[in-house]
Amino acid sequence: MKNFEFLFTAWMVVWAVFFVYEISVAKRITQVREEIARLKQQLQQR
Amino acid sequence: MKARITITALVALLVFCAGYAALFIAPDEATMHAIQRIFYFHVASWNAMFCAFFVAFYASVAYLVTGKRKWDALGVSGVEVGVICCTSGLITGPLWARPVWGIWWTWDAKLTSTFILWLLFIAYLLLRGLVEDPEKKASLSAVFAIFASLDIPLVYLANRLWRTQHPQPVIAGGQGSGLDPTMSKVLLLCLFAVFCVMILVLLDRYRLELLRNEAAELRYEIESRGLDAADNAATPALQKGAQ
Repeated sequence: MKNFEFLFTAWMVVWAVFFVYEISVAKRITQVREEIARLKQQLQQR
Repeated sequence: MKARITITALVALLVFCAGYAALFIAPDEATMHAIQRIFYFHVASWNAMFCAFFVAFYASVAYLVTGKRKWDALGVSGVEVGVICCTSGLITGPLWARPVWGIWWTWDAKLTSTFILWLLFIAYLLLRGLVEDPEKKASLSAVFAIFASLDIPLVYLANRLWRTQHPQPVIAGGQGSGLDPTMSKVLLLCLFAVFCVMILVLLDRYRLELLRNEAAELRYEIESRGLDAADNAATPALQKGAQ
């Protein structure tokens, strides 16, 4: 298939961009959830 | 959680089917041949971007009208996801242009207005990082998002209004435009697949923003209680000092 490398790269880029972004969002959600749990604990202690 | 896993699995299956259809089922285009298949992901990225930026625009107007924080959260989520879709479109475009036009990029009206749109929404995200006060941040962001959205119709209409290197629209582009029936079906499948991915990511980003707001409220409560405790501790000392 002519120009297959361009086609394959484009296909990979679309899904890689979404995948990497989704991973970063999931990571940030985990961090904020941990922070919320810590803050709630702090509030209970006061 | 179970429902979320099921939905994600269904979207992953949809993405696989769309990829298979675009690469193996859609017929070759007469002049560009196989490389034209980038079209299915490229157009789908732009479609998802327009939807995400529309969400951001709607949420920004809603925030300015109601002042509710949930609209600000939806606004920033729409912008961030829109920028991701725009980035995807801006990368796939040159990958298609290089073998077909012989150049990666040209400063025609369509490409330039799209690049400006990307820069405007990047500026929106940077602006949010610069303002500390939450109310001010939300109001400024909403106004800026509405201003940036003015470029969206220009991006859509650029190749209809001016002569551009970018091809004229193949769908709803007037006389002589249109797609082969199989190509149309594959395009619809790809549009739907990328749209579903965009919605899933948008919902996650929205959840993150709501959690951030919750954490900020808790921090504020702790700080105010800390101040209360400091006041209570200081009052007896003052009273003693007064005696």
